[in-house]
Amino acid sequence: MNSARTCLTALLLGATLFIAGCEAPPPATDQRGYRGQSMGNVANPRTLEAREAANQPPEVQPPGDPTGPRVSTIYQNVKVLGDLSETEFLRVMASMTEWVAPQEASCGYCHNLENMADESKYQYRVARQMLIMTRSLNTTWSSHVGQTGVTCYTCHRGQPQPQYTFKQDSGPMGAGGTTASRQGQNVAGRLVGLTSLPTDPFTELLAYTGQIRAVSTTVLPAGNTRTIQDTERTYGLMIHMSEGLGVNCTFCHNSNNFGSWSSSPPQRATAYHGIRMVRDININHIAPLLPIQPPERLGPEGDNAKVFCTTCHQQQPKPMNGAPMLEHYPELGAVRPAP
Amino acid sequence: MSFAIDYQNIFTRIQVRGPDDTGPPIESQIYKRGTSIFHNYWLGKIGDAQIGPIYLGWYGSASLLFGIIAFEIIGLNMWASVNWDPVQFVRQLFWLALEPPAPKYGLSIPPLAEGGWWLLTGFFLTLSMILWWIRTYRRARALGMGTHVAWAFAAAIWLFLVLGFIRPLLMGSWSEGVPFGIFPHLDWTAAFSIRYGNLFYNPFHALSITFLYGSALLFAMHGATILAVSRYGGEREIEQIVDRGTASERAALFWRWTMGFNATMESIHRWAWWFAVLTPLTGGIGILLTGTVVDNWYLWAVKHDFAPGYPSLPYTPAIDPSTLPGATR
Repeated sequence: MNSARTCLTALLLGATLFIAGCEAPPPATDQRGYRGQSMGNVANPRTLEAREAANQPPEVQPPGDPTGPRVSTIYQNVKVLGDLSETEFLRVMASMTEWVAPQEASCGYCHNLENMADESKYQYRVARQMLIMTRSLNTTWSSHVGQTGVTCYTCHRGQPQPQYTFKQDSGPMGAGGTTASRQGQNVAGRLVGLTSLPTDPFTELLAYTGQIRAVSTTVLPAGNTRTIQDTERTYGLMIHMSEGLGVNCTFCHNSNNFGSWSSSPPQRATAYHGIRMVRDININHIAPLLPIQPPERLGPEGDNAKVFCTTCHQQQPKPMNGAPMLEHYPELGAVRPAP
Repeated sequence: MSFAIDYQNIFTRIQVRGPDDTGPPIESQIYKRGTSIFHNYWLGKIGDAQIGPIYLGWYGSASLLFGIIAFEIIGLNMWASVNWDPVQFVRQLFWLALEPPAPKYGLSIPPLAEGGWWLLTGFFLTLSMILWWIRTYRRARALGMGTHVAWAFAAAIWLFLVLGFIRPLLMGSWSEGVPFGIFPHLDWTAAFSIRYGNLFYNPFHALSITFLYGSALLFAMHGATILAVSRYGGEREIEQIVDRGTASERAALFWRWTMGFNATMESIHRWAWWFAVLTPLTGGIGILLTGTVVDNWYLWAVKHDFAPGYPSLPYTPAIDPSTLPGATR
């Protein structure tokens, strides 16, 4: 009797060790707000170390000589980087190979090696748009990328397609007919923390400019018509942001009233600009590429891969531990006058 | 002590098998109680080993029928939502749901696929519960009992109706209702709380939690007290109504010793009943006021000194960029 009970107790206690989702110690809590509000950021130092190791910036190539004639006068069909010197231009081209297609056909991934100015490969035209985008991000979106800036590597990390992107996805097809629609939710959503929240909050909120804010800012009802469904979509996006940046809700919000700005940490304003930056990328730089991309690059619902927070951040509050990118590659910043 | 563990607790250890107990006769009713009675040893471990006689009656039968219809509508629509894939149905069961109509339908009747099934389910489930409520009321009356069980059940039905019917009516949209599904109804709860500025600052939510946790506390205290004196026959409360034995005296004295006050054999059940009933009653009021009367509970709580504001922050708070000139919306 007693031994059976002891065995049962041991079994139950032992079984608790195998509970899925448990995290080995030591998670550390960093208090970020006034006491008594659970304004703590909880993180496991070992996880942070692993992420830091997995997010090292690439080796910086020696700077190019900015003097000499502009490449637009040397090479044909240089439409975006024509203001660089030849050594700067070749340095960027070599770096792009390292950043985007090191395992592929090198220069030939984008270029026709017989005629480097030939635009026939779709990769060439995509790369040109991406260069326009990168210079735009580094010059007009300092509200999000600061002086850190971005290069191709911020997203690509040595791969032709960035690892983390989203495509329009209503989830698995239901039986249809008169059976109830899932209304875009209620399956384990891979991109929204395996919750049953809307599986694709991104298309409407990041590929278009759907409204994100849901919480009322007044005590009494005063015309806020945002619905539970709107709130769930926003919630899905926020789970993505939390996972994508490797931070808790409290990194940007005081959870006592999520919508309140006057109690939010300053990071929330950076995130606000980030969301607008992502929309700018998706709407003005990526969506227009759809007609030139081959079918294998498109998603189940026929759109091309869009960026979201994880694309650059990859589970870090600052991509690649905040390593400066623009500083080492001024070629990808604003157009500079010839020296 | 020799009587320490094995023998004394009649309630849990020994299954008494007397002649079948058919209960008092029912007069002047068309539908008679069933006569089938059997015994189950394992159920006897957790309750009475005698199963039956069961009284189903018209209300019980109709309630079960409508309940099964609602259950089937939910289950089959969940299964259809993974295209009748049995594996996905089992794997994703906790994620699947039957969703209420989209906001665009307001209080109109949407197509079946767009929330019509949800409305039908709500109708059948409500019907089923109200019929079951009538049954608990009538069976109690038939036995000459009070109707406390029926009214306790009514408190739960109140919360159910507030969530799925009364509040959506007041808000003017079925989409405010709760989806039928395990995780989806939890997501609904979280989104509901966030949308209306944090339900934790809703005082009726606070009351409901107080009664919920209080119910658990009372249940633990009462259960523990009776088990602790069951070695003196303390669980035989029927007998103690006419002849309070040493068990009841000890139980009462224990609480006077430890906290200076004791409930009586009768009042402890009033405590438990009211705490349990007030949990959904106050909770339902809190839900009903949300979005209809109050739109942000945190701001409400700060305004009415129900919660403190937190002025001194260790950081400079963010400024809403959309309020700054030239901001990207």
